[in-house]
Amino acid sequence: MKNPYLPLPMRIEKITVETEDRSLRTFSLSFLNRADAEAFGFVPGQFAEVHVFGQGEAPFGIASSPLVRDRVEFTVNRIPGGVVTTALHNAREGDIVGLRGPLGNGYPVQEFEGKDVVIIGGGFAFTTLRSLTWYILANRERFGKLTVLYGAREPGLLLYKDELAAWQKRDDLELILTVDRGREGWQGKVGVVPAILKEAAPSAANAYAVVCGPPIMIRFTLPVLQELGFPPERVIMSLEMRMKCGLGMCGRCNIGHKYVCKDGPVFTLAELSELPAEY
Amino acid sequence: MIIRKERVNDFLNGLRAGYRLYAPVQTQAGPVFAPVNGATGWSWPAGNTLKSAKEVFLPQTETLFTYRTSLDGVQVEEARVEGRVVLLGVRPCDARSLTMLDKVFAGEGVRDPYYTARRENTVVLGLACNEPCGTCFCTSLGGSPFGTAGCDLLWVDLGDRYLVRVLTDRGKALVEGRPEFAPAGDADLAAARELEEGALGRMGTVPVQGVKEKLDRLFADPLWDRVYEKCLGCGTCTYLCPTCHCFDLTDEVIDGLGVRLRTWDACMYPLFTLHASGHNPRPTQKERFRQRIMHKFKYFVDNFRETACVGCGRCIRYCPVNIDIRAVLAEISAG
Ligand SMILES: Cc1cc2nc3c(=O)[nH]c(=O)nc-3n(C[C@H](O)[C@H](O)[C@H](O)COP(=O)(O)OP(=O)(O)OC[C@H]3O[C@@H](n4cnc5c(N)ncnc54)[C@H](O)[C@@H]3O)c2cc1C
Ligand code: SF4
Ligand code: SF4
Ligand code: FES
Repeated sequence: MKNPYLPLPMRIEKITVETEDRSLRTFSLSFLNRADAEAFGFVPGQFAEVHVFGQGEAPFGIASSPLVRDRVEFTVNRIPGGVVTTALHNAREGDIVGLRGPLGNGYPVQEFEGKDVVIIGGGFAFTTLRSLTWYILANRERFGKLTVLYGAREPGLLLYKDELAAWQKRDDLELILTVDRGREGWQGKVGVVPAILKEAAPSAANAYAVVCGPPIMIRFTLPVLQELGFPPERVIMSLEMRMKCGLGMCGRCNIGHKYVCKDGPVFTLAELSELPAEY
Repeated sequence: MIIRKERVNDFLNGLRAGYRLYAPVQTQAGPVFAPVNGATGWSWPAGNTLKSAKEVFLPQTETLFTYRTSLDGVQVEEARVEGRVVLLGVRPCDARSLTMLDKVFAGEGVRDPYYTARRENTVVLGLACNEPCGTCFCTSLGGSPFGTAGCDLLWVDLGDRYLVRVLTDRGKALVEGRPEFAPAGDADLAAARELEEGALGRMGTVPVQGVKEKLDRLFADPLWDRVYEKCLGCGTCTYLCPTCHCFDLTDEVIDGLGVRLRTWDACMYPLFTLHASGHNPRPTQKERFRQRIMHKFKYFVDNFRETACVGCGRCIRYCPVNIDIRAVLAEISAG
């Protein structure tokens, strides 16, 4: 029997400071064992437990493209007082960490095929949405129109700035960037995500919306999606709960009869409305 | 089969060559399951053990693996599960709880290798309850003081001898051909039946009919404001409960050796669900108390078509503020 508690050994190949306040860093990990790299495959939206040896594990959404086979990337927000996120922020390139995963269900990318996809992200929750965007771009002909709306409080807090600049130039996706407060030279929109979504008004006919962001953004975005005509079955969200095992055993991420680690973290709005609002 | 009480020691000593024995051992706090050396140092518990038999399969603290890191890698060593075990004196409620834990740890999908190995290696020797305690209510939940679910053998105390019911091949292998056993006669079977009927007659009952259907619509009911009020959030009920299985995973470093530990945890604690952001989906004891009841009597039923309470009564006996799950259930079924 394969032991699901054992971590795969990984090396931190590259650390990128993403935001001006330095609270977010992206860790690019490579596999120490070739066989692990070959066996590792995932769907955008899945997550993994990253083990900082001697400190503990924490779950992070996989931020890299599933088509990049030899690297796995995570973008980590440093929580003041948080054991694992602080230890990761103190880590250096070359350090060895552990990885358990992929875990969870991931986005229903097969169902997206032949449909328009509207990706809506806010703040540092853009991580798995980046993975999803790369996946769709790599299989572009299988999907309809791709719209990516991504907002942050200010331009300096946007993740993956180089990639956003490259996406901006492509004509096979519509990228809309917005910030709450602009600054000189800012080329994107100014305004909160729900307002910009309303203005952009993507068509809901034959489309899925994927929403990830802080609770306040979600709260005001959902009514706009409803107004635009997205049915709850085609609004996709990803939940965060405290997690330990990632296997549906330790009980921590339980909401109603679901386990977010195993049955989620991705749910449709319709599925969520069936569960107690205990998240 | 029948074994006379004076032959039990011979039987157990004979097992020692192939098995480690676990049995109820008296501690200051009460009887708990622990390794024993055969005949001495343990006793069949009057009533039930303080901690349930789950501890033998899901220890309160266990090492999952150890590791040493170096500049170019990490060496991981998986903890090994010890060999074959005979577990003595498990009451039918605790034995039945194992069949529920199996669904979580050894069911369809990913399996827990530590739990699964211990289940495969362990022969469960049940002990029927001739004298149910005042807090027992197993029969209300589909169990019985003479129930056999989860047992490989069930022993019934007939005074000077035990009637031994053989329930599985694993149980059979333990007693087959052993000189201490003789075939049971009609009188033995009749004596056991009489004890069983007596025990069933003295068993308390709790109205649990329709509790699941009630809970389906009681999540937001004011009922929870009343029933949780006394609860201190000490977690005793969950630690002692044979079906509760929540755990934590942590790291410790001892002299440069990393140790990955699993320890029991409980939904009754505020930190259990506290997010790193400071948000807590179950902010007060009310939501935590509701979670414990909902998980046993609704969510587990939704997932496995079975109630995750075996009516052992531990949570009633040991709650420091006398919260009685039977009263909570009565209130739910009246609600
Ligand atoms: C599916 C999923 C995907 C995620 N993806 C990402 C991602 O892509 N990027 C990202 O940055 N984050 C992500 N997260 C969140 C991330 O997992 C948490 O931020 C992380 O687990 C925090 O770990 P930590 O060890 O740093 O904090 P911990 O040390 O666990 O503590 C965090 C906080 O918990 C509280 N706390 C814990 N223990 C105690 C105690 N003993 N006493 C008092 N308070 C205590 C404190 O408030 C503390 O600040 C994701 C979470 C999930 C579930
Ligand atoms: S909930 Fe109480 S009575 Fe039921 S199995 Fe657990 S400890 Fe025993
Ligand atoms: S034992 Fe009693 S006081 Fe302690 S957590 Fe359980 S119900 Fe609450
Ligand atoms: S994290 Fe353990 S059950 Fe989900």
